[in-house]
Amino acid sequence: MSDPEPNPPNPNLEAAAAMATEVPQAAALGFQMVSAADARGVMHAPWREDLVGDPDTGVIASGVVTSLLDHCCGMAITATTGKRRPTATLDLRIDYMRPAAARTGVTVEAHCYHLTRSIAFVRAHAWDADPADPIATAQAAFMLSPAPGPAPGGAA
Amino acid sequence: MSPEEQLQAFLGRVPYIHFLGMRAELAGDELTGILPFSPHLIGNSLLPALHGGVIGAFLEMTALAQLAVTQSTPRVHKTIDVTIEYLRPGRAMATYARAELRKVGRRIANVHVEAWQDARSQPVAALRGHFMLAED
Repeated sequence: MSDPEPNPPNPNLEAAAAMATEVPQAAALGFQMVSAADARGVMHAPWREDLVGDPDTGVIASGVVTSLLDHCCGMAITATTGKRRPTATLDLRIDYMRPAAARTGVTVEAHCYHLTRSIAFVRAHAWDADPADPIATAQAAFMLSPAPGPAPGGAA
Repeated sequence: MSPEEQLQAFLGRVPYIHFLGMRAELAGDELTGILPFSPHLIGNSLLPALHGGVIGAFLEMTALAQLAVTQSTPRVHKTIDVTIEYLRPGRAMATYARAELRKVGRRIANVHVEAWQDARSQPVAALRGHFMLAED
């Protein structure tokens, strides 16, 4: 699919970058935006001692990967619509191919491959060292909130 | 170890569980995961609502905690796949979850988990997952 209005000084980038820092959960996990363009977003979560999921191996928790996948999917949607609209996750399916390497951060690339007026369909994969050797893949559907405006109902 | 000791051992060993601020309580063999609200769990500041990833992670951790109680090994089981369904926004309040072990085989467990906030009959999210059981 094609972007609605491709324009070189990408305003999507700022909206997408804000997603990595302004959202409390993303800030708490130290998410870093890598890129956001052409319906794709790439985001990185650095390894931290307090985010370990398996104390026997020092591997980052799958819960961190879940948050990163969900968040990066949202960024891919922002990179597609050009607007930072609130999205609600409908479902998220994650397959864990293998554990991440010990004491290593995780990077996710998400691709919003289809967008309707109200629903976004996104695929994502996560890796530790090599994008071609993923630790996890995900498939998700999101509901898009209507663009900000007067609240429906209420007002006369 | 008693189930209670196994549960506390699991909760105490995993650093990420401290990051979430998750607790769990046992009533007989029924475990309830408890996620007290904390500002760092927010994914949408306007509503405000819990991050979808946090809810998914809490459901998964509740499944792992329930497995930790029923399996003898202190090692953490490996998640193979999860499907998370989001039913309602997770509001800025405590969240609870219960896991049902649908099948525990020799190597693989199938687990369903449901999370709710103020009413059990109105779940905020559900998870179905497969887990590879760790050996002693």
